Amino acid sequence: MNFLERVHLDKPFFYGLLALALLSVVILYSASAGEVTLVLAQALRLVIGFAIMLMVAQISPESLARWSPHIYVAGLVLLLVVLVMGATGKGAQRWLNLGVLNFQPSEIMKIGLPMVLAYYFSRRPLPPRLSGIAVAAVLVLIPTLLIARQPDLGTALLVMTSGLVVLFLAGMAWHSIALLLGLLAASIPLVWVYLHDYQKQRILTLFSPESDPLGSGYHIIQSMIAVGSGGLYGKGWFNSTQTQLQYLPESSTDFVFAVFAEEFGLIGIFIIFAAYLFVVLRGLAIAFYAQDSYARLLAGSLTLTFFVYFFVNIGMVTGILPVVGVPLPIISYGGSSLVTLMAAFGILMSIQTHRKIIHA
Amino acid sequence: MSHSGRSMRHPVRYWLVLSGLWAILGLLGVRATYLQVVASDYLQRQGDARYLRTVTDNAHRGMILDRNGSPLAISTPVQSVWADPPAFMRARQRWPALARVLGLQQRDLARQVRKYADREFMYLKRHVTPDVAARARALKIPGVFLQREYRRYYPTGAVSGHVIGFTDIDDRGQQGLELAYEAMLRSTPGKKRVLRDLYGNIIETVESVSLATPGKDLVVSLDRRIQYLVYRELGAAMEAYNARAATAIVMDTHTGEVLAMVNLPGFNPNNRSKLTSAAFRNRAVTDVFEPGSTLKPFTVAAALESGQLTPESLIDTAPGRFRVGTKIIRDLRNYGELSVAQVIEKSSNVGAAKIALSMSKEQIWGMLRRAGFGETTGSRLPGESAGLLNPPSQWVSIDQASVSFGYGISVTSLQLARAYAVLANDGVLVPITMLRRDAPVRGVKVMTRRTAQQIRNMLELAVSRRGTGAAAQLLHYSVAGKTGTVHKLISGDYAKDRYVASFAGMAPASNPRLVMVVTVDEPEARRHFGGQTAAPVFSRVMAGALRLLNIAPDIPQQGLRWAAPTTSAPPA
Repeated sequence: MNFLERVHLDKPFFYGLLALALLSVVILYSASAGEVTLVLAQALRLVIGFAIMLMVAQISPESLARWSPHIYVAGLVLLLVVLVMGATGKGAQRWLNLGVLNFQPSEIMKIGLPMVLAYYFSRRPLPPRLSGIAVAAVLVLIPTLLIARQPDLGTALLVMTSGLVVLFLAGMAWHSIALLLGLLAASIPLVWVYLHDYQKQRILTLFSPESDPLGSGYHIIQSMIAVGSGGLYGKGWFNSTQTQLQYLPESSTDFVFAVFAEEFGLIGIFIIFAAYLFVVLRGLAIAFYAQDSYARLLAGSLTLTFFVYFFVNIGMVTGILPVVGVPLPIISYGGSSLVTLMAAFGILMSIQTHRKIIHA
Repeated sequence: MSHSGRSMRHPVRYWLVLSGLWAILGLLGVRATYLQVVASDYLQRQGDARYLRTVTDNAHRGMILDRNGSPLAISTPVQSVWADPPAFMRARQRWPALARVLGLQQRDLARQVRKYADREFMYLKRHVTPDVAARARALKIPGVFLQREYRRYYPTGAVSGHVIGFTDIDDRGQQGLELAYEAMLRSTPGKKRVLRDLYGNIIETVESVSLATPGKDLVVSLDRRIQYLVYRELGAAMEAYNARAATAIVMDTHTGEVLAMVNLPGFNPNNRSKLTSAAFRNRAVTDVFEPGSTLKPFTVAAALESGQLTPESLIDTAPGRFRVGTKIIRDLRNYGELSVAQVIEKSSNVGAAKIALSMSKEQIWGMLRRAGFGETTGSRLPGESAGLLNPPSQWVSIDQASVSFGYGISVTSLQLARAYAVLANDGVLVPITMLRRDAPVRGVKVMTRRTAQQIRNMLELAVSRRGTGAAAQLLHYSVAGKTGTVHKLISGDYAKDRYVASFAGMAPASNPRLVMVVTVDEPEARRHFGGQTAAPVFSRVMAGALRLLNIAPDIPQQGLRWAAPTTSAPPA
């Protein structure tokens, strides 16, 4: 047993995350036009994130399973609180002001929902019956709707996705899946009606960004230009014109991938893809080798949700998904979501390193 | 494995997850490849179109300097605020802030922007101070940009306003030397391709398409000190005699350089917002007047050149009246028999007419023409008039008589100055220039040295204490000159009580270096004679100018010839 394993860290997974953290610092240095304070802030967050991951990794999956319902309920309460008295930022109530730091309760749900579902399914026979799926559906819908009310449609969909992934992994029957997908498809027109104008606009913009190049299409056009300008080899570190001349908005947060693409080109993109793929595959392997269904379902859900974040962000930056404000996990500048991510990775580490040796 | 672990082990679901993963990754990879390889050129161009701009790079207009290098017109860099209307339209909520900074009415701003809505460029405010420009830039309003331009300043202000002229807001010469030498003074704006950030700040120059070249400096013939002296003395005279307008020119006899040229009322070229174009007219070259007696020396010169008369030849002017055809020519009083020299000294119209009628029309016309009347001086000043000198074929005898004392002919002040320079210059006509002449110039011989000298002697008499121009005398320098007083021609008739008083002269008379012409338009009726109004200005300016130019006095102190300027000398 080496040092990493002794502190309950999985070696390949740890190095994969470390690689992403390094990429984050490198690209943020350029995206912020050499602003050292921003880079240091991100480095500090990464250190805190890794520390949180280390702490969570010490908790055994059994304890995590026991806490699951409590975390879920606490998350629900905080979501209600934020709806009533949350701080408003950029037109939406998402933040809870805790005096020293702002905190988004929806972040808790990103972990809380998979945990409670994994907990629920692990205590009954699998594959689940229809009644079990109905209960699970309620557990998914409550936080989803609360978050959607804030309004934060992107996070609501992501939270819902993390729940549905558990349902899928739990072995939900194919006809049930078909039914669920049917229901989701049927609800699309209904949801459309309830969407805010700016949300509708974002989705419509996806199909014709040129219709409003300085308004709603601005982000996506500048982003696509940045990615496209990179070409095969990129313009080199610190040479992204779109970013350095401030044409690319949110260049260190949601659109950091565009900076990377412009500076390091297609080659750089494939390096990033490889790093994420490595982490995701390792996460799936952890799920695959997990020793009970709680651990397996939770590890699978957290890993696939991580992959969904990655997909949604890259899809947004490259113009195949609407602009929903999902950061590129780990690499984007930002606090709240990084802490949640690292906590989730801590859970994965715990699952991997608390396995009991089974002699077949 | 107490619970069923089928889910992850289930081969279908297991492969589904993995293949879904790869499919999505493949999709992203294909998308990235499409953007970066297939659409790369298009997107690159789109990017370039956003931050690569070809901008004009303005250079400054050439300075105008006086002959000693003092600046008369200089360009200082200023900023102009302009907008890209479509982009600016989107920032409507920021308009009030910008309007405040630029000092514009919000309503006017909105109207202007609407008017130029489909253009790509409009000025919001031109030539703002660096402070205002900095504040406008700090607002970081999309579609609002700054452009460096140059604004013209005239340090001498009204003193040389008419001669120097001015430029319009686009730095193009509009009047005076600014217009005359536009081609030389003008700068050529360059073009450069620059990287511009979202707010229009130029980050770096990518390449220079064409270089901006500043205009060339123009060194003019004016002497700022003499110009100021003339301005001051002419202004004082205009006020003292309550005149409508006045003009004066000082010329260097040998070089043809105009050292000073002033019209009053003047205008300040730095602030001409409330002026009409009439105020900008350089009347020294654009306005013509009948010169009157100041023309008599040329009548006499023609006679001397013809050999029919000498300065001592006697002309009978009694009884002070002389009938030519239906018109009667009068002198102020009966001078009796006068020598040719005395005709100039007393300024006898009858004498001049009789001298003129003793010659052929062509002889008189030829002399006037050779002295430069009836053609522009070539000063290149805008709007210069050629004056009016009818050909002798159109003359009847009264025309021949009246032109001899300066009626029926129109001249500009500058023409008169040039003609007097011929007398001063021993009969050589030197081309006029408004630029400093560094190399000697060849003139044209238009009368004999002897004739010119004889005329100068007569002109010295004319400013003697017995002459009409005694007020033009100087303390240490001898002066030669002639007064003129004419009734103004108002719509074809001579006005009884409106005059143009003038004096044309040179100093030092023994070797003239400077020629000066002073005309006073409509001095008050009590003191309307050239000897009373124009001659004193000549005296005061010349006294200063000769000293400024270090010209040696030609009258020894003890040989002082002095007459009170308020002499009751007979008028012109």
